[in-house]
Amino acid sequence: MTLALDTLGRLESEAIHIFREVAGEFDRPVILFSGGKDSTLLLHLAIKAFYPAPVPFPLLHVDTGHNFDEVIEFRDRVVAQHGLRLEVAKVQDWIDDGRLEERPDGTRNPLQTVPLLDSITQHKFDAVFGGGRRDEERARAKERIFSLRTAFGQWDPKRQRPELWNLYNGRHRAGEHVRVFPLSNWTELDVWNYIEREGIELPDIYYSHQRDVFLRDGMWLAEGPWGTARDGETLLRKTVRYRTVGDGSCTGAVESDASDIHAVIAEVAASRLTERGATRADDRLSEAAMEDRKREGYF
Amino acid sequence: MSDLLRLATAGSVDDGKSTLVGRLLYDTKSVLADTLDAVHRASADRGLTTPDLSLLVDGLRSEREQGITIDVAYRYFATPKRSFVLADTPGHVQYTRNTVTGASTAQLAVLLVDARKGVIEQTRRHAAVLALLGVPRLVLAVNKIDLVDFDEVTFSRISKEFTAHATALGYTEDAVVQIPVSALAGDNVVEKSANTPWYSGPTLLEHLETVPVEPDPHDAPFRFPVQYVIRPRTAEHLDYRGYAGLVAAGTVKPGDEVVVLPSGRRSTVTKIDTADGELAEAAAGQSVTLLLADDIDISRGDLISVAGNEPTVTDELDATLCWLAEKPLRPGARVLVKHGTRTVQAMVTELRDRFDEQNLSSVDGPASLELNEIGRVALRLAEPVPLDDYSFSRRTGSFLVIDASDGSTLAAGLVGAPLPLLENGVESCSGGSAATPDNHALVSPGP
Ligand SMILES: Nc1nc2c(ncn2[C@@H]2O[C@H](COP(=O)(O)OP(=O)(O)OP(=O)(O)O)[C@@H](O)[C@H]2O)c(=O)[nH]1
Ligand SMILES: [Mg+2]
Repeated sequence: MTLALDTLGRLESEAIHIFREVAGEFDRPVILFSGGKDSTLLLHLAIKAFYPAPVPFPLLHVDTGHNFDEVIEFRDRVVAQHGLRLEVAKVQDWIDDGRLEERPDGTRNPLQTVPLLDSITQHKFDAVFGGGRRDEERARAKERIFSLRTAFGQWDPKRQRPELWNLYNGRHRAGEHVRVFPLSNWTELDVWNYIEREGIELPDIYYSHQRDVFLRDGMWLAEGPWGTARDGETLLRKTVRYRTVGDGSCTGAVESDASDIHAVIAEVAASRLTERGATRADDRLSEAAMEDRKREGYF
Repeated sequence: MSDLLRLATAGSVDDGKSTLVGRLLYDTKSVLADTLDAVHRASADRGLTTPDLSLLVDGLRSEREQGITIDVAYRYFATPKRSFVLADTPGHVQYTRNTVTGASTAQLAVLLVDARKGVIEQTRRHAAVLALLGVPRLVLAVNKIDLVDFDEVTFSRISKEFTAHATALGYTEDAVVQIPVSALAGDNVVEKSANTPWYSGPTLLEHLETVPVEPDPHDAPFRFPVQYVIRPRTAEHLDYRGYAGLVAAGTVKPGDEVVVLPSGRRSTVTKIDTADGELAEAAAGQSVTLLLADDIDISRGDLISVAGNEPTVTDELDATLCWLAEKPLRPGARVLVKHGTRTVQAMVTELRDRFDEQNLSSVDGPASLELNEIGRVALRLAEPVPLDDYSFSRRTGSFLVIDASDGSTLAAGLVGAPLPLLENGVESCSGGSAATPDNHALVSPGP
C-alpha cells in the first residue's frame, strides 16, 4: 500500500474534511441536490464522510420545473435509496402566487435565486453545500471554500475572508449563512475520473442517446415543458449527451457518441470547450454573467 | 517525484503576475477555445491589438475595470510531467490578506519584480510573508525584461539584491531560483528566449516541472484533531463510536498507543475505518475514522497524538501574528483562537515586538499591530490547548485569530517564532520536545 495520496484521493480527503467541519460547527446545514453530476458527487462524498452513520443533513432542490424526467426520477430514487430527506422549492409556486414573474425569454435559471434564499430563511439553514467548482468559470475561480453570505444572501467578492491553511472560519451572525463548496478544487476531468473510479451512477442523459433537438444560439436544445422549436428552427433527431444539467430551456446538449464513462472521459480530456461555454446559454449573456448572479445569491 | 505542485504568485501591483499566469496557461495550451475567444473579444473591445492574458484570471468585474487583481484566483493545469494548482494573488498592499490566503497552502511561490523597478517595498513585504508562512521554495521572476532591452546586468543586479534579502529571511540559496522573463511576450516562460542568450537556466515551466517537492514527512509524530464523533446508533452498528478527522501529521496504525489531549487519557487504536473499508495505516492528509480500545470521553476539538511524543498542552503561548484586519491589534484585546478543530477565547496579553520587514529588524514593544504587520505576541487562552511549534508541524502549529463580535478573521497565527530574525532571546512554546524540530519554518505545506 502506498501512503502518498493520488490526485483523486487528495481531493476526496479534502472534501470529506470539509463536510465534517461543517457537521461539527453548524446547526442546520443543507446540501443542494438537483440530481446532476456535481450534486450526485457531493452526496456520494457526504455519505463517505459520515459512514457508517447516515448523512446528518437534509437535501434541497430548487426546482425550475424545466426538468428532464430522467433526472427527477433519478433524484427521487437516490433520495429513497439512502433514506434521505429532500426539500423541494418549486419556482412554479413562486410564479403562481406572484412572488416571481416569468421572464420574457422563458428561461428560469435566474429565477432560482429567490426560492433558494426564501428556503434558506424559512428553514433557518446556516450552511448550504453547493457543487460549484473553481474551474467552471473565472468568477467562481475567486470563491472561497467557505463563502459568507449576508442576510440578503449576497456575495461580496471584495470582502471575502482570508482562508488560511485548511482552517475554515464558519462564524456568522444571525440571518447570515455560509455557502460551502467541497468540490472547489476539482476539475471537470477529476469529476469524471472519480465517477469512474467509484462507479457512481448518474442520470442517463449524461451518456449519448437519441433525442429530438433544435439549434438555437449555437446550442442544441431539447423540446420540453419550456417550449419547442420556433419558426425557422427545425427539430432533428440527433445522438447527443449533456455535459451539465440545468434548466432545460437554456441547457444545451452536445453531439456525442460517448455512451459510457470511458468514452466520456476521453471526450472531456480532448474537449476544446469548457462545459459551461459549450452548454449554458445563461453564462453567455455577458462578461460578468456568473458574477452578477452570484452576487445576488445564486449558487 | 510528486505529481502535484501547489504554487502562488506574489509581487507588487502591476509587476505582471496575472499576465504571467495567463501566459503559462496559454502557452501550455490549457485554455479552452471558448474562454480564449472571450479574452480575444474583451481585449479587442478595450482597443488592444494582442490579447490581454491577465483577463484569463482577473475574473471579477471590478478587477477588469481597474486592471488590477483584488482576490486570489485558483487555476488548475497539467503538463505530461506534473499537475499544478496555481493561486494568482493580488499585489496591491490593501489586499495583502488575499496574498496570505494564496500563499498559506503553497509549496512554491513565484515572486515577480518589474525589471525597471527592481526590489521594492512590496517585494520585501511579500518575501517576508512567504518566509513566515514557510513556503519552502521561491522563484524570482524578473519580469518585463523586454522593457530593459533584455539587459543581463539589470537581471544580475536584481537577482543578487533579492537573493541576499531572501537568505537573510532564512532561505538557502538552493531554495531560490532567478529567471528573466517577459510575461507579455512569453520569453522564458514556457519557451526559451532568443533574446536572453546570456541566460542558460531553465524556463519557468521547466523549473516548475522539475523542482523537488518535499513530501509530508512520514517520521513526524502522529497528530489527529478530532472533527466529529461518528455514532450511527443503528441496529447494525449499535456500539460503533468513531473519531473522524484528517491526519495532520505523521502516520498511525492499529495497535498504536495514543494520548487524547488536553485530557491526557491514553488508549490504543483498534481500527482505522473508511467508507472503503479498514486501513492498515493512515498518513498525513488522509481523512479517516479512528476507533479506540477504551470508552473515553472524546469530542470535537480534542487532539489524538502518538503517546510519548506529544504537543505541549498550555494556556499560555508565544506566537507570531500576521495581522490582516483594518482595525489595529492592541495589548489586552479579547479574541477567539481557532486551532485545529477547537475554538477558544483568548486575550493578547502583550505585544512583544513588530517585525520590520523592510529592514529585517524588530521593534520592541510596539503600541499596536496594524494592517499587514507581522509581530510577536503573548496570548493567554481560556483553556489549555495542545500546541506544536509552527516550524515543527504546520497543521498543528497554525491558528486563526477571529473577532468574537462579527466573526471576521483578524490574523494568521503561528505558534512560536518562525522567522529566524524574530528569535531574539524569548523562549517560544516549544512543541514536540522529544523530536528534533526543523530549525526553520521552511517545511512542507499543510493541506
Ligand atoms: N512590457 C511588458 N509589460 C508587461 C509584462 N508583463 C505584464 N505587463 C503589463 O503590466 C501590466 C500589469 O500586468 P498584470 O498582469 O495585471 O499585473 P499584476 O502583477 O497581476 O497586478 P496586480 O494583480 O494588480 O498586482 C499590464 O498592462 C501588462 O500588460 C512584460 O513582461 N512586459
Ligand atoms: Mg494580477
